[in-house]
Amino acid sequence: MTNSIDDLEKAECILVIGSNTTEGHPIVGLRIKKAVMKNDCRLIVAEPRHIRLCYYADQWLRHRPGTDVALLNGMMNVILSEGLADEEFIRERTEGFEEFRKVVEQYPPERAAEICGVEAEEIRRAARTFARASSAAIVYAMGITQHTTGVDNVLSLANLAMLTGNLGKEGAGVNPLRGQNNVQGACDMGALPNVFTGYQPVSDPQVRKKFEKAWGVDYLPGNPGLTIMEMVDAVLRGEVKVLYIMGENPLLSDPDIRHLKEALEKVDFLVVQDIFLTETARYADVVLPAASFAEKEGTFTNTDRRVQRVRKAVEPPGEAREDSWIIAQVASRLGYEMGDVSAPAVMEEIASLTPSYAGISYRRLEELGELRWPCPSPDHPGTPILHVDKFTRGKGRFSPVEYKPPAEEPDADYPLVLTTGRLLHHYHTGSMTRRVKPLNELVPENRVWMNPEDAKRLGVAAGEEVAVESRRGAIRVRARVTEKVPPGVVFIPFHFGESPANALTNPALDPVAKIPEYKVASVRIVTGEAMESLEYVTV
Amino acid sequence: MEQVRLNIDGVDVVTTPDRTILEAAREAGIRIPSLCYDQRMDPFGACRICIVEVEGARGLLPACATRVTDGMVVRTNTEELRRIRRTIVELLLSDHPRDCMTCESAGNCELQDLAYEYGVKETRFPGEEHHYEALADNPLIERDYTKCVLCGRCIRICREVQGVGVYDFVNRGFEAVPGTPYNRPLTETPCEFCGQCVSTCPTGAIISIPSKGKGRPWQVEKVRTTCPYCGCGCQIDLHVRDGEIIEVSSPVMVGPGQGNLCVKGRYGYAFVHHPDRLTTPLVRKDGELVPASWEEALGMVAERIRGAMDDKGPDAVAFLSSARCTNEENYLLQKLARAVVGTNNVDHCARL
Ligand code: SF4
Ligand code: SF4
Ligand code: SF4
Ligand code: FES
Repeated sequence: MTNSIDDLEKAECILVIGSNTTEGHPIVGLRIKKAVMKNDCRLIVAEPRHIRLCYYADQWLRHRPGTDVALLNGMMNVILSEGLADEEFIRERTEGFEEFRKVVEQYPPERAAEICGVEAEEIRRAARTFARASSAAIVYAMGITQHTTGVDNVLSLANLAMLTGNLGKEGAGVNPLRGQNNVQGACDMGALPNVFTGYQPVSDPQVRKKFEKAWGVDYLPGNPGLTIMEMVDAVLRGEVKVLYIMGENPLLSDPDIRHLKEALEKVDFLVVQDIFLTETARYADVVLPAASFAEKEGTFTNTDRRVQRVRKAVEPPGEAREDSWIIAQVASRLGYEMGDVSAPAVMEEIASLTPSYAGISYRRLEELGELRWPCPSPDHPGTPILHVDKFTRGKGRFSPVEYKPPAEEPDADYPLVLTTGRLLHHYHTGSMTRRVKPLNELVPENRVWMNPEDAKRLGVAAGEEVAVESRRGAIRVRARVTEKVPPGVVFIPFHFGESPANALTNPALDPVAKIPEYKVASVRIVTGEAMESLEYVTV
Repeated sequence: MEQVRLNIDGVDVVTTPDRTILEAAREAGIRIPSLCYDQRMDPFGACRICIVEVEGARGLLPACATRVTDGMVVRTNTEELRRIRRTIVELLLSDHPRDCMTCESAGNCELQDLAYEYGVKETRFPGEEHHYEALADNPLIERDYTKCVLCGRCIRICREVQGVGVYDFVNRGFEAVPGTPYNRPLTETPCEFCGQCVSTCPTGAIISIPSKGKGRPWQVEKVRTTCPYCGCGCQIDLHVRDGEIIEVSSPVMVGPGQGNLCVKGRYGYAFVHHPDRLTTPLVRKDGELVPASWEEALGMVAERIRGAMDDKGPDAVAFLSSARCTNEENYLLQKLARAVVGTNNVDHCARL
């Protein structure tokens, strides 16, 4: 997030797009509700599904899945033509405005309306509300990024923020909500194929030299490695022989389960380090039992860049060990001694190599409770709001973005749009929450949500078991008939191994971010006897 | 912001005009008792336990609902105030079961603390008492209105903070309780099971079912940590007794949640002690995963990594790190990949 969770309360307008905030990020949802209820903030929700935040919204834009760019370009077209842009901000702090303007001019609200299914007048109203607010914040989550046009979507949001001067000040900003608790931290720590900690590129020889010296090795590779989706392909091509997975269950979280399953079966040697024998771990050659969050010391970095402590409360069961111990043991057997891998010592090493974490230490965290990066020195208070005086790259760059349709569009064979997501009571692949009895009692099983119109046409009764089939596979699941999804769209949460939504999703990737298109795939519903002849994907 | 100066119990206090007397006193280390007050909500001023004397004011004022003004002179603990507070507590106890021995909230009950502080053993106002059935209409939250003191905190937190509004006072007069519409079970209301109402209820009227009978506040050690679920990063306190997590609470006004949690953070901890936890390394032998020693498992991992490296080079090995693990562990895993194996094949499921 460029701004902070607390800061959202100061916004005069909030645009929530592609985020079911009250379920995916409940506490951020709380702050948004508070802004509305207490501070008369005007909330605009852009989301194909009816989500709880719609109850608090000034306006709900129900655009078609995968048409975010068209909707945003339409809004920006209105802002430009009605003279609502922040010209001073554009002049002083940005570049590339002219090319951007040319593209946006191609999207009068009528055209945008045709693509995204929201009325032109509604697009105008949203544009005015957003642009006229003295501070307007944008909040988004995986509903924006999990598309083949994910990067385009994000760039469009940045365009909107710059166009209205909503960066680098209170109650504004572009605020992505990260999915899992420590996604931010995993990225910050260089668990990415192209960067070391703090996004220092592996391709930069100076950076490599620094890490070579600190780690005591003569050579670090400069060519970027494989992303997760590329790893799967490389395994299938026989290029990757050993796959080492720590604390992830990709079999449920990745698109196109069949493909991944093949890779897990094919890889020569699979190591899984986790707290449960997850769906993925069942394929492993070696399973290493790890400690849970309550059994170790460390830090997590949350979605607004707050580094906070994780503390040990109980002992790990049996012979389960902390991940840090396990990693150091493997390293040692490969001839490398990692030395002291206690959490404070490792943080010291991180700080010494990472400019944005340089001022973070356990001593300070003990004292302050939290520190937000960038925190470049031990006396720096941390940074709640990014880009206050300037952008990291000097000037903010407008990007001309054209609308591109999703990789798969409904057709005669697969006439419905499938979109996936989360439920409040469960988390990610369910390996933790589904083992919490009361939570599982409250939401014991999966449902495919469909509009009453579609249900009627297909002859599906509420609670009836149906098959949902895409070009990649089929699953069985009961139907929830509800107005919360529009006609033509079905929704399936991905927490449930017995009816895995990701057996259906499309692994088509965003060309830059390499994020798969979870939010749009084409499916059909099969009922009755025809269900018998289908082959179901299980994990 | 401009500053105001006031005097509380003879102590000069400097604060800002947005503060109430109660807040200004707390900042200055002076405790004024309260019951219907919770920092997370707007003041309500219903229970009158927090009344104070303000020089020049007509009558006594509720400290929780009165803003400070410059030059104010406040007394919080006079004989007269103590007498009135004692009477309020006696009235409350006249319709409250005296079963603290078995009450889930003993030791964490604001009414019990008041009775203790004001030395109320018997009530001078015996009268009709309520008896309601405890409602356990869902797996998480039990409501026993026999213990309700009508402070309205549950109603207000659900409405003001959670923005849901499950409860309101139902019935009139003596029969009033904070109920659900048509007394429906919580599972049939829009309740989100955040447990905010549990966290604010000053008595044992609303409690968490999974923690029942598991331990008294003085028997547990509280460990402050970060919620393991979503990216909000709420701060939570794990209540540990004999090596088991028996409850989760959230420190008020701390961290992103400011004392509020969602259902996962508050109630999603039991997986830690689940019998399915892995307790020993496993290695595949004859197609089956069987228990093995760390020595054997680690030896095998190192040998196979070494083998792939020798055979096809370091890029034949790939690592998936974890958005669930700590920063330190992620750092070490990418270091293992880069420094030890010599590959940049390291990623995690951020995109997913
Ligand atoms: S659990 Fe949360 S939503 Fe449910 S009644 Fe209590 S405060 Fe309201
Ligand atoms: S149930 Fe608890 S919080 Fe609600 S009014 Fe009664 S005592 Fe107050
Ligand atoms: S308590 Fe809920 S909102 Fe807070 S971090 Fe945990 S999962 Fe997220
Ligand atoms: S605490 Fe002030 S009136 Fe109840």
